[in-house]
Amino acid sequence: MVAELGMRIFGIRPGTGLVSTMRTLLLLLWFAARGSALYFHIGETEKKCFIEEIPDETMVIGNYRTQLYDKQREEYQPATPGLGMFVEVKDPEDKVILARQYGSEGRFTFTSHTPGEHQICLHSNSTKFSLFAGGMLRVHLDIQVGEHANDYAEIAAKDKLSELQLRVRQLVEQVEQIQKEQNYQRWREERFRQTSESTNQRVLWWSILQTLILVAIGVWQMRHLKSFFEAKKLV
Amino acid sequence: MPRPGSAQRWVAAAGRWGCWLLALLLVLLVTGPGCASEITFELPDNAKQCFYEDIAQGTKCTLEFQVITGGHYDVDCRLEDPDGKVLYKEMKKQYDSFTFTASKNGTYKFCFSNEFSTFTHKTVYFDFQVGEDPPLFPSENRVSALTQMESACVSIHEALKSVIDYQTHFRLREAQGRSRAEDLNTRVAYWSVGEALILLVVSIGQVFLLKSFFSDKRTTTTRVGS
Repeated sequence: MVAELGMRIFGIRPGTGLVSTMRTLLLLLWFAARGSALYFHIGETEKKCFIEEIPDETMVIGNYRTQLYDKQREEYQPATPGLGMFVEVKDPEDKVILARQYGSEGRFTFTSHTPGEHQICLHSNSTKFSLFAGGMLRVHLDIQVGEHANDYAEIAAKDKLSELQLRVRQLVEQVEQIQKEQNYQRWREERFRQTSESTNQRVLWWSILQTLILVAIGVWQMRHLKSFFEAKKLV
Repeated sequence: MPRPGSAQRWVAAAGRWGCWLLALLLVLLVTGPGCASEITFELPDNAKQCFYEDIAQGTKCTLEFQVITGGHYDVDCRLEDPDGKVLYKEMKKQYDSFTFTASKNGTYKFCFSNEFSTFTHKTVYFDFQVGEDPPLFPSENRVSALTQMESACVSIHEALKSVIDYQTHFRLREAQGRSRAEDLNTRVAYWSVGEALILLVVSIGQVFLLKSFFSDKRTTTTRVGS
């Protein structure tokens, strides 16, 4: 009786739109519980790179989750534990600061020590080529930089902050990030100015050199032709 | 003892209401927190890169993209809803921002295409904001009203978020400017070297060509003379 009531309440009745609505809503709940994130498809030997231009001493946290296309069920299933992703992070000087293999679901963190463009590359480590079977791997990726990487619930628990104190702490972190970015901006502008000035110098010297070459060639031409005509007894 | 018929009808009604209540709860749960993804990626020539996101109905979303390096600094962008209907389509755009409200649940897809370019690969930045940012306190405290200090904190937080957003755009424009300057520098270097070579070749060629004219004429004049 209770079971029947339960079934009736949850609308498990064939032939009504409620079943399909319930399915959609349960699917949504599944998405919400999993945490919605952007996803893209990656081939088996493909390497996908992302660039983060960040000031120094900034923390970057990346979360990813992989799913493999199951041909039998014709949908994406969580990937087998053997399938992992190789994550490689390079700093602006092309030096590798993180090169590690993670499982099918992973979280990588790094802190920048030099300001500039950091490159985060991901590729799958699958050795069994039949695993992909011509399909694609679906990767859910979420990269948080600087202040967004902070877990405020953890900070509040650790430092025992009240609500107002936590809000002020968030503002302080945001302002610090803005400050770091401004410093980086100033450093970059200075480098850009140096590059422009060296280009200007190079163009100036090159123009002078080219004028000298032109004059020298002109002189050579005239002398060579004069000696030629004198030899031919035309002059 | 109620008749079996009316009990059945009551159960049916309760079932329907229960379903809708659950639906409302789920919708609130799902549309509440949102997420923002800011990604800069490389798009090789003749390539297309697509990103997908599951969005609930009624969520306000914003897609903003900017091309940082490569070629003429333009890219094709296309945004489709779960049924494949094109919500936004622009060809060869350098920067744009598009806001929409999701009309149905499902997977929304947006693609960046560099298929019109033969050998320049591009670096594209995009910022896809879905819904509102998650609140600082994911637990119960939403019920009580905010004190004045707390609402001041919230407004400062919003202002700082827009400062960070402007800063990001400024940084991207600076990167773009720097990329253009370096591109110009390379082109000027190649052009100068090429021009110098052409100059040398042309001037030496002129001399020898002129010499060859006079050599032929010399033999003809001697023949005519004698």
